[in-house]
Amino acid sequence: MKRTLATSLAALVAGGSMAAAEGVVNFYNWGNVTPPELIERFEAETGIRVTVTDYDSNDTALARVRQGGHGFDLVVPSNNYVETWIAEGLVIPLDREIVTNIDNIAPEWMDVDFDPGRQYSTPYFWGTTGLIVNTSVYDGNPHTAGIIFDPPEELRGRINVVPEMSDIITMAIRYHGGQQCETDMDILRQVRDTLMGAREHWLAMDYGNIDAYVANDISAGVYWNGGAMRARLQNDDLVYGYPQEGFSVWMDNVMVLSDAQNPEGAMKFVNFLLEPENAAAISNFSRYASGVVGYEEFLEEEMRTAPEIVTPPELVGAGAFSIPCPQEVNDIYSQIWTELMQ
Amino acid sequence: MAEPRESHRWKWLLCAPALTILVLAASGPLLIVLVYSFLTPGNMGGVVWQFSTDGWFRVFFRRDIFSPEDVSWNTAHLTIFWRSIWLSLQTTVICAVLGFPTAWFIATRPANTRTVWLFLITIPFWTNLLIRTFAIQELIRNSGTINTLLLWAGVIDAPIQMLFSEFAILIGMAYVFLPLMVLPLYAAMDKLDFRLVEAGYDLYASRLQVLRHVILPLVKPGFIAGSILVFIPSIGAYVTPRVLGGGRTMMLGNLIDLQFGQGRNWPLGAALAITLLVIVVAALLFYLRTLNREEGGRHG
Repeated sequence: MKRTLATSLAALVAGGSMAAAEGVVNFYNWGNVTPPELIERFEAETGIRVTVTDYDSNDTALARVRQGGHGFDLVVPSNNYVETWIAEGLVIPLDREIVTNIDNIAPEWMDVDFDPGRQYSTPYFWGTTGLIVNTSVYDGNPHTAGIIFDPPEELRGRINVVPEMSDIITMAIRYHGGQQCETDMDILRQVRDTLMGAREHWLAMDYGNIDAYVANDISAGVYWNGGAMRARLQNDDLVYGYPQEGFSVWMDNVMVLSDAQNPEGAMKFVNFLLEPENAAAISNFSRYASGVVGYEEFLEEEMRTAPEIVTPPELVGAGAFSIPCPQEVNDIYSQIWTELMQ
Repeated sequence: MAEPRESHRWKWLLCAPALTILVLAASGPLLIVLVYSFLTPGNMGGVVWQFSTDGWFRVFFRRDIFSPEDVSWNTAHLTIFWRSIWLSLQTTVICAVLGFPTAWFIATRPANTRTVWLFLITIPFWTNLLIRTFAIQELIRNSGTINTLLLWAGVIDAPIQMLFSEFAILIGMAYVFLPLMVLPLYAAMDKLDFRLVEAGYDLYASRLQVLRHVILPLVKPGFIAGSILVFIPSIGAYVTPRVLGGGRTMMLGNLIDLQFGQGRNWPLGAALAITLLVIVVAALLFYLRTLNREEGGRHG
């Protein structure tokens, strides 16, 4: 169907205000992980238009939605934030009448601690928080958090650390032999001192762009496996490291907002994302694994064997699913974090 | 007697709608920020309605997490304050040095071509600030245009680290704010009576003397307007330090943003926002006082 310029312009001008009436779903998702062809497919199947708005951190998404008036229908928080979203009444339970594909969720991702029985959320993708190293600059062992916290000479001043509080503090706690949500003050003091000491060797604290790693503007950093794989596909020198001291496994989850303007369309979109073929499209684009049964069939070959997706057997044991920490622990983390970010 | 009072009242009545909006829209949000700065941070952002001066305390002091009795100056914040002021001053000076010849060039063109030159000055405004900043990033990154050219020419052996530094922020801000200096300078030069310049030469003044004693005093209002227009947005700059500073080299705007996001300390963010406001007002007062004193001196 051919659209005239006038109607396209009118659609542009009308924008968000007309959204609900016209059958639009506003998808608030992490940046650069929504495959455009998936959106087109959904629009073709249902006639519902989808807009995508990016965010780069859980805190940003939470702060923006809390304020209201955002106009979004769907959001994709990480597992350790899901309970906050539910507890604050920001999201609504899934409509099982519409989300009939719920049984496509892989059994191990079905009865999760953060949302038992998947009342509110469905898997978008899951991944690990690890390291990325450019082997042309440093060819030592990439599987240690020492790369960030006690960097080898070659990497000093060439490191980027993503500004995600729980990822970084947890990595530092494990580096000092502690556990997630550690409360031992001696370990936390070491964590603080290590972070403050390491900071001078860091070039940036940014959501490291894939192209900055590809161009070797940054030679090492804390990164997520999917981003690391996308970078590696453009530059063979890059490797992904699983910190042997311990690393986090996480999942981002699709949820429908309580103040959604088009909850029905949003539920349809949730259901659509649970089709194995569509889940595979997300994985092929973002390079993260899916939590949907049978998506492997539609997966690109290089995804099946990628070292970023298939954890080396000797390091599998170091991985642990991330959990939310109690408020009093978070308070200490926040203070360390604020000090670090100054 | 009655007539002027009547018209006076009309003036106020006609101004009332605009004044109401200005007062409400300016003081309302500011009041909220002020109130928030005296509250307690909530769980994962937001505020709890409980009075606290901790936000203000932390603007200037830091209390060690592990030994709370250990209180010292918050050098991290003071560094960021100083960096913001220092970089903004440098930006203002760079813009003035580059802006003066540019404005002079335009002002001395024939009247019919001046509009074209002015028009050219406004071209950067056609593109979004963020995109222009990313373009600068492309120029100065390690694999960017400048480093590639220098490497190719054999001037350097390894790329110079320019991105994610104060230098990068300075380049970015000087580029972004330059037109804001050129335009008021041009406005001042446009009104300049060039007969005065000729008179200076007739009185055997050298070029430098004419510049110092005739031109500069006459275009000074342009310099002052330009300096205010450059300095004030510079000190609150957000996008430029965010993109070119890499999140490590922060300015005040980024520090405030941090408290409302990852820092999860809204009261501190609010207190910092008000601190920024105070710095800006102090700078403005300083400019105005210098201006008045000089004017007073000339007449007296």
